[in-house]
Amino acid sequence: MGKYILKRIIGLAVLLLGITIITFIVIHIAPGKPTDLEAQFNPKVSMEARERIAHLYGLDKPLHVQYIEWLKRFARFDFGVSFMDSRPVGQKILERIPITLTIELVSIILILLIGIPIGVTSAVKEGSFYDRFMTVFVFIGFAVPTFWLSLILMDFVGVRWGLLPISGIKSLEFEKFGNFDKFIDLSKHLVLPVLVSAFGGLAGISRYMRSSMLHVLKQDYIRTARAKGLAEKDVLYKHALKNAFLPVVTILGLSVPGLIGGSVIFESIFSIPGMGRLFYESVMARDYPVIMGVLVVGAVLTLLGNLLADISYAAVDPRIKLEDNL
Amino acid sequence: MRKHTNNISAVRFRRTAFLFIILFLLGFTPDYGDTIVTGSIGEPRTLVPILASDSSSGAICGLIFNGLVKYDKDLNIMGDLTQRWEISQDGLEITFYLRKGVKWHDGEPFTSKDVDFTYKSLIDPKVKTPYSGDFQMVKNLEVIDDYTLKVYYKEPFSPGLASWGMNIMPSHLLEKENLDNAKFARNPIGTGPYKFKLWKTGERLELVSNHDYFEGRPYIDRYVYRIIPDTATLFLELRAQAVDYTSLTPIQFRRQTETEFFKKNFQRFNFPSFGYTYMGYNLNDPKFKDVNVRRALNYAVNKEEIIKGVLLGLGRVSTGPFIPESWAYNKDVKPMEYNPQKARELLKEAGWQDQDGDGILEKDGMKFSFTVITNQGNDERRMTLEIIQRRLREVGIEVKIKIIEWSAFVSEFINKKRFDAVLLGWGLSLDPDMYDIWHSSKTKEGEFNFVGYSNEEVDRLLMEGRRTFNQEERKKIYRRIHEILYEDQPYLFLYVPDALPILNSRFKGIEVAANGIGYNFIKWWVPRSEQRYTR
Repeated sequence: MGKYILKRIIGLAVLLLGITIITFIVIHIAPGKPTDLEAQFNPKVSMEARERIAHLYGLDKPLHVQYIEWLKRFARFDFGVSFMDSRPVGQKILERIPITLTIELVSIILILLIGIPIGVTSAVKEGSFYDRFMTVFVFIGFAVPTFWLSLILMDFVGVRWGLLPISGIKSLEFEKFGNFDKFIDLSKHLVLPVLVSAFGGLAGISRYMRSSMLHVLKQDYIRTARAKGLAEKDVLYKHALKNAFLPVVTILGLSVPGLIGGSVIFESIFSIPGMGRLFYESVMARDYPVIMGVLVVGAVLTLLGNLLADISYAAVDPRIKLEDNL
Repeated sequence: MRKHTNNISAVRFRRTAFLFIILFLLGFTPDYGDTIVTGSIGEPRTLVPILASDSSSGAICGLIFNGLVKYDKDLNIMGDLTQRWEISQDGLEITFYLRKGVKWHDGEPFTSKDVDFTYKSLIDPKVKTPYSGDFQMVKNLEVIDDYTLKVYYKEPFSPGLASWGMNIMPSHLLEKENLDNAKFARNPIGTGPYKFKLWKTGERLELVSNHDYFEGRPYIDRYVYRIIPDTATLFLELRAQAVDYTSLTPIQFRRQTETEFFKKNFQRFNFPSFGYTYMGYNLNDPKFKDVNVRRALNYAVNKEEIIKGVLLGLGRVSTGPFIPESWAYNKDVKPMEYNPQKARELLKEAGWQDQDGDGILEKDGMKFSFTVITNQGNDERRMTLEIIQRRLREVGIEVKIKIIEWSAFVSEFINKKRFDAVLLGWGLSLDPDMYDIWHSSKTKEGEFNFVGYSNEEVDRLLMEGRRTFNQEERKKIYRRIHEILYEDQPYLFLYVPDALPILNSRFKGIEVAANGIGYNFIKWWVPRSEQRYTR
């Protein structure tokens, strides 16, 4: 087992190196330059000045030299500084992670709390009106454009009824609040974003849960359980449910990188300073160090997620064994 | 009869007197306090003023810092940190006499050392400033004493005076710092009417009024700059009155804010913005070499229709590259009327005829068909192009439209001159010097005369305009340039869109002038009874 993990880690490191090379090349050969900063020409900004800035960024060096310099810094866990505001990339990423992580985590928990029961009960009452209603309901959530739903909710809940703040994550007087009020204020701001993002995610989990539950209910051991004369409740929730969970756990594992990925549309609409917006803004500005930073963090998390998933399978399912000679 | 008149004037007198009392009570005793919340889609990049190239940074820096000079409400240059200045006869020296008693927000006095430091940073090749251009013309800067300094130019350079509107930075805080990673960029100290308080990345910035400001304490105590990247959200925040001040799109101005609610709670303004939209031709393209063809295109496009359709009437026809309200703008240049018949005649004279009957003109076997490129994300430009496309089709010219993402648009198409025609806008600085856009030497890759315009008289006038300080003489020069450019039609000048700010009606003291409304921001105020943010 130890040897297996070591092997995997070495493999992943090589893979990561490959990923960084390809990403680095792709973002640098994509048309556009960081010195085209503004979406409007400014005749006061001369060509000489732009060339000087490109030189100070090191953009006039050959691509492989730029990459090796980047790699040297990366080896010391230094992502460099942003072209846009000269702040360390690591710091820019770290300050964006908590809010994105909070929203994604809360909404995943919400999705699980609502989606799993919907899936299970739909499977149990397969074909009933309830089942069909829930199917339509979760697919509406899946299909409705996020921006549209968000704006409608903001208009009614925020503007017309004045129940919740419209956008942002804090009130203007936030700094003067006590801790409890701060918590309440934050929560109020997060209600709509979390609801919208959870509504969109219900379909996935509930449908997986439903089909996996249906599959399990047709198994022999369920028939056996019923034949033994167990109460239907025990059959469903003790025997079937446990086994129906396995595929859902896989899905959950896959969503780990998404936890810090955030979403551009969603974060822009609700004015949330999260990872999605950081990435989008840096791409638009060709802020290479930040783009690389965000992508590498994403890649590392994905690779780690895969590794953890493989290891935990072995732990959960006795049929899977990680051979040392793999 | 006579008595009657007297009566009326007595009533008038009483009314006027009453009005005066009201005005006195309302207008002459403004209250301090309250907060203004502005909403904007962009976030400032840095608050080191000489590094900031985006408009968001510029807006905030403008409240925290001062330049030596600034533009007054009528777009004339006036002193800001400088009390007065002298320009030598030969135009080679400018002497600035600085304002005394000005203090940085940390209490240190402002002196000529700060100006010297700012200048040295601007010309330092290791500093990533985009503004070095204007200061390359300076030979050297001499500090005479704490409040006097002399700037020597290599040759007379009249736009140089306005370039000293550059925000001055404190030397005592930055002298030993590397400007790039100075903490100052997110915690600036200036001399301006507002002091920096906090910056929450991606959320908001806050400034508080500087009670010791040299022009007097601003009435509004707190300035909050909220970052709301989505325009629909921004509009909802405005409707909920959580944002006080932002700008509208034409459709929001004409439709969405035409309600009782908005009329009661908000004041809206429209005045010409400092910019214009145009279609520029690649003048090296044989199709556009003939000036009569370019004039024909100008006749064939109905500008009024574009303003009505795209801007919902909130703009005006443009005839040249200057700010319509500035002294450089030649009001005698009249826009050519929309006249497709005349356009057809001119095209025919130039040898363009429909020979194969497909509705498209040909000359020497070549179809009159071209592609106009513009940048993505600007609906106004796309719609303008669609109207142009239709109008030109009517005179037998086929126009194709291509929309490209900004950064690629600039580096792959504009800089490399890979275009037939381009639809763009220029944002204008207040000085009329347009050397970089129109001089025939400015056509290299990445320079701004990308259409390849070249006219000896314009070249000469542009040089002369730069060397002349007398405004009356400059006026003549730029008005002549305006005239020539409209005759030559290197651009199809389209329109000057209106700026459309909207402001909560509790703010008083706003006066629209040629310089817009922001120039007297420190005089804006809110009556105590209407203040919303009381602490």
